[in-house]
Amino acid sequence: MKYLDEFNDPELAEKLFAEIERTVTRPWAIMEVCGGQTHSIIRNGIDQLLPDEIELIHGPGCPVCVTPLGMIDKALAIAARPGVIFCSFGDMLRVPGSSKDLFRVKSEGGDVRIVYSPLDAVKIAEDNLDREVVFFAIGFETTAPANAMAVHLAEQRGLTNFSVLVSHVLVPPAIAAIAGSSTSRVDGFLAAGHVCSVMGTWQYGPLVEQFGLPIVVTGFEPLDVLEGIRRVVVQLEEGRAELENAYARVVNTDGNLPAQQMVEDVFDVTDRQWRGIGEIPLSGWCLRDRYVDFDAERRFDVGDLDAPESALCRSGEVLQGQIKPNECEAFGEECSPRTPLGATMVSSEGACAAYYQYRRLDGSSVDLVRT
Amino acid sequence: MCLAVPGKIVSIREDRGTRMAVVSFDGIEKEICLAYLPDVDVGDYTIVHVGFAISEIDEESALETLQMFREIGALEDELAMNQAAAQTAAVEAVDPVSTEPAQ
Repeated sequence: MKYLDEFNDPELAEKLFAEIERTVTRPWAIMEVCGGQTHSIIRNGIDQLLPDEIELIHGPGCPVCVTPLGMIDKALAIAARPGVIFCSFGDMLRVPGSSKDLFRVKSEGGDVRIVYSPLDAVKIAEDNLDREVVFFAIGFETTAPANAMAVHLAEQRGLTNFSVLVSHVLVPPAIAAIAGSSTSRVDGFLAAGHVCSVMGTWQYGPLVEQFGLPIVVTGFEPLDVLEGIRRVVVQLEEGRAELENAYARVVNTDGNLPAQQMVEDVFDVTDRQWRGIGEIPLSGWCLRDRYVDFDAERRFDVGDLDAPESALCRSGEVLQGQIKPNECEAFGEECSPRTPLGATMVSSEGACAAYYQYRRLDGSSVDLVRT
Repeated sequence: MCLAVPGKIVSIREDRGTRMAVVSFDGIEKEICLAYLPDVDVGDYTIVHVGFAISEIDEESALETLQMFREIGALEDELAMNQAAAQTAAVEAVDPVSTEPAQ
């Protein structure tokens, strides 16, 4: 059951729902591009409590979910090498590659270690100079400064046994790819608050201009998400398309300049494959040439590995908002968090896993009670 | 890993030229890099992502957010305090069992 009093300020939540209901006059589709927002929306039943006119589409906002299969296979190949300590954020360990996942490599004797911070991986490299230590550097703009600092410090400390497998992706090119797609139904976007806390909001104004769609920078807590949705709806109903910041307690226009400077120093923009979506031009970061010695793909010669996706998995359509997770035939059958076919079922921030955890039953059988 | 958690700076030190802090997240203390927030001080609240302070936040907002993390039980996840659970999952991944997740 979904109760309004599950919000940490039920009165404010009720007011926001009421305002949205009062404002909306016709159907709108709003996409969130942040896995944390997706999780909040499904967990709190926000999509079910909203008026029927509002459809929420869960975009490619989970870095674990969009990391391409070929990159997972590279990680698996490197992690299985003797002498390698492979360090990763915990979310990546159950992401299925073509034939196995990192947990399987670990159970087969690979030295795979979960780290909280990329600096933990640098420390492991310092403590194990006779071993090759590789860090799986995934993430959006929020995570890139941390991963860049790991490379910077490894260079500064003269570590020759440390390298990174880089699979960084960027939000604005993904929004552009979705908004510019001929099949897109998206009328407005919630931009990811923490991405913007690093990058600022300045990158999103040009997207608003180019596509004529409102973008509201939004936090990930339930009330933040509601407020972001309310602001998008107000703009749409008034025929406006503007950039707004609904997360001003954390996000400003410029973002975190020292973090951006470090990212600029270590990373260069590159084309990236997005799992389930395909290649998006200039949608990621790779190591700059001067840091090429820290590139695990070159060090372990896995640059050419590529792999086709599962034929059953429809995560690409989920990530682009073309179907809901429970419309996939494999959902809850062949595919579950224990036996995921695609990455959207793996990470708790993935749309399929969120649906599975909170809404495995048919949506119509979920009781909605407003108190 | 995608979320960011607010915490309170308990102490600050230099590690070979990099400013590091001990940050308390609702009592769980972690070592955090302050390189990207050079002006914060002991007692300030900051939003932390994968071991890095990325922005300042006022105390009231920080406490509200921590309360939410408590309620949804996500604090340990975000701070990677769940490695024991992860190891268990590893065993289950190798030998999947049909236990249903909690609803």
